[in-house]
Amino acid sequence: MRVFIPRDAAALAVGADRVAAAILSEAQARGVALEIIRTGSRGMFWLEPLVEVETPAGRMGYGAVGVRDVPGLFDADFPNGGWHEKSTGLVEKIPFFAKQDRLTFARCGVIDPLDLDAYRALGGYDGLARALQLGAAQTVAEVKASGLRGRGGAGFPTGIKWETVRTAVAAQKYVVCNADEGDSGTFADRMLMEGDPFTLIEGMTIAAIAVGAARGYIYVRSEYPHAIRTMNGAIAIARRAGLLGRAVMGSAHDFELEVRTGAGAYVCGEETALLESLEGKRGQVRAKPPIPALVGLFGKPTVVNNLVSFATIPFILEKGAAAYADYGMGRSRGTMPVQIAGNVKHGGLFEVAFGITLGELVNEIGGGSATGRPVRAVQAGGPLGAYFPPALFDTPYDYEAFAARDGLIGHGGLVVFDDHVDMAKMARFAMAFCAHESCGKCTPCRVGSTRGVEVLDKIVAGDDAEENIALVKDLCETMKFGSLCALGGFTPYPVLSALHHFPEDFAPAAIPAAAQ
Amino acid sequence: MPHLWDSLAAADIITAHEALEGPMLPILHAMQEYFGCIPEEAIRLIAARLNLTRAEVHGVVSFYHDFRRAPAGRHVLKLCRAEACQSMGSEANAAHLLHRLGLGWGETTPDGRLTVEAVYCLGLCACAPNAMLDGEVHGRLDAGALESLAMEVL
Ligand SMILES: Cc1cc2nc3c(=O)[nH]c(=O)nc-3n(C[C@H](O)[C@H](O)[C@H](O)COP(=O)(O)O)c2cc1C
Ligand code: SF4
Ligand code: FES
Ligand code: FES
Repeated sequence: MRVFIPRDAAALAVGADRVAAAILSEAQARGVALEIIRTGSRGMFWLEPLVEVETPAGRMGYGAVGVRDVPGLFDADFPNGGWHEKSTGLVEKIPFFAKQDRLTFARCGVIDPLDLDAYRALGGYDGLARALQLGAAQTVAEVKASGLRGRGGAGFPTGIKWETVRTAVAAQKYVVCNADEGDSGTFADRMLMEGDPFTLIEGMTIAAIAVGAARGYIYVRSEYPHAIRTMNGAIAIARRAGLLGRAVMGSAHDFELEVRTGAGAYVCGEETALLESLEGKRGQVRAKPPIPALVGLFGKPTVVNNLVSFATIPFILEKGAAAYADYGMGRSRGTMPVQIAGNVKHGGLFEVAFGITLGELVNEIGGGSATGRPVRAVQAGGPLGAYFPPALFDTPYDYEAFAARDGLIGHGGLVVFDDHVDMAKMARFAMAFCAHESCGKCTPCRVGSTRGVEVLDKIVAGDDAEENIALVKDLCETMKFGSLCALGGFTPYPVLSALHHFPEDFAPAAIPAAAQ
Repeated sequence: MPHLWDSLAAADIITAHEALEGPMLPILHAMQEYFGCIPEEAIRLIAARLNLTRAEVHGVVSFYHDFRRAPAGRHVLKLCRAEACQSMGSEANAAHLLHRLGLGWGETTPDGRLTVEAVYCLGLCACAPNAMLDGEVHGRLDAGALESLAMEVL
């Protein structure tokens, strides 16, 4: 009997290790033979720890299992899929899962993340094999044809970036994975590193071979120690299997890959600050041009992509560009692992073709707020993303549609708030976060954000509200147009959207109510 | 427990990493792992070994929120203060705990047992509010659960 229990950090945070230990000792006490396989997470976090067992019909789930459920699970003969009040039925039939298009995350939560054979049995390394057959130029053409756009925030076409690096003439080039994932409400990078790390390794290897790089780095934020351990484990296994290092997969290409740990600076997610940090410097943003594709790490042509962008490459190469581009709408091709978080009933990772509406994601998939109170606001795209009121829930999940409403998709995060939220406080937080994380290179961001906090404090205190609101708006315009990078440049979006959609929270009369 | 300053150990740390491309952050992480912080002596040594000025090394150390100039308490509790955790009431829970302990953000209990710090997202945002205690993650922490967690190490 095989039992699957996640070792994803979010599952651990809600007791997965304790449940695994309890199941093991109960099995021993009862003389039940079972094998526990630790996997990544399926991404249905309200059900974690989610225990799965293999049955002839497929994997049966038991959701949000606590240690005290364990004896009852054995009484119910759960190793054979017996019914228990924590039963979810077949895991892949759970509506939240069944409605997804799991392309990038197909293996996440299914296999032991460090089991290379399991990875290969589910199509792993078929993408690299095909890329080696196609050759560099055709591989890049395939990525271009897939329509894949960067999943880190800016949505730049990945194939075009690769083409620039491929055609750059240099003795040395690099590929760098941005796994800094600083946006609140996002965890796709973390889940993939902890649940299916070989997908990232394969994607980066394909990139390296396509652009002619022999060395790569994965820059992971220090807040992700579990992901770092799993990634390092996977790299060592891949190297032993001849999938990294010299003559990758028996080809003429060498590729060395290394994990580097960030040090708690949000701005190091910005690609040029990240490169500075990798070089061992302060994580300050570089002026562009030159673009990193031409002058990147240590001055060499460099592909910098978000982790999800790289992790989507094996699917595209294995199944072909058209198979990916078939999903989506308009210029947003393929799927997005949307991360639904915060005050939401069914929070988790929902990989879906572009085009689904924001309202469907929040209300139908997410099930509304966790508290059962009305949803009042959703912040889309992390701390630099706009707050959407329910009136805008008809917005389709699409780069251009979000931009048309002064919002952004960013790295795919959605943070849900119920009607207890005080939007003036959230606007203040956006400014304060910018002030805290500013790299200090330009005045509108460094000084403007600090000034923004002061002015918002005055507004909340009822001090000349009207005049100060005008001042905040002015400040936002200055930051938008005068900042070197999107930290200063986009912080105005959460602030202005809060002011625009929730003006009542900034009126002095609202203060007593909000303070309660 | 972090080690007291030991220039031979520090030199070994540098030697172990100096062949890397861009060895600075790996060295600083390893120093902090060993000494619990980045001591002034370490900055001097790193500057000398990497051919940098002390001001340059200082500049790097002070830029990153992770690097400490003095060791933290024996246990470190990092409470997430980012938006998803806020949406589930993290700020009120944190205020309650800090009040009980008589601490401000970043402060350590007088007996040196516990430092409470802010962190901005642990990537566990669908089971908020979240915290990390000595590198172990904890989710769905209502005020009571948070307090029990802190009490485990007090
Ligand atoms: C302040 C700031 C933070 C960012 N943080 C991240 C991040 O954590 N992860 C990421 O992939 N991109 C982040 N980006 C975007 C990167 O600069 C860059 O666009 C991205 O890594 C490119 O990869 P992609 O084309 O695959 O998206 C950030 C940008 C800014 C301005
Ligand atoms: S906008 Fe802020 S973070 Fe970006 S370069 Fe300017 S100071 Fe640095
Ligand atoms: S770039 Fe320096 S002030 Fe804007
Ligand atoms: S916002 Fe707290 S874990 Fe992400």
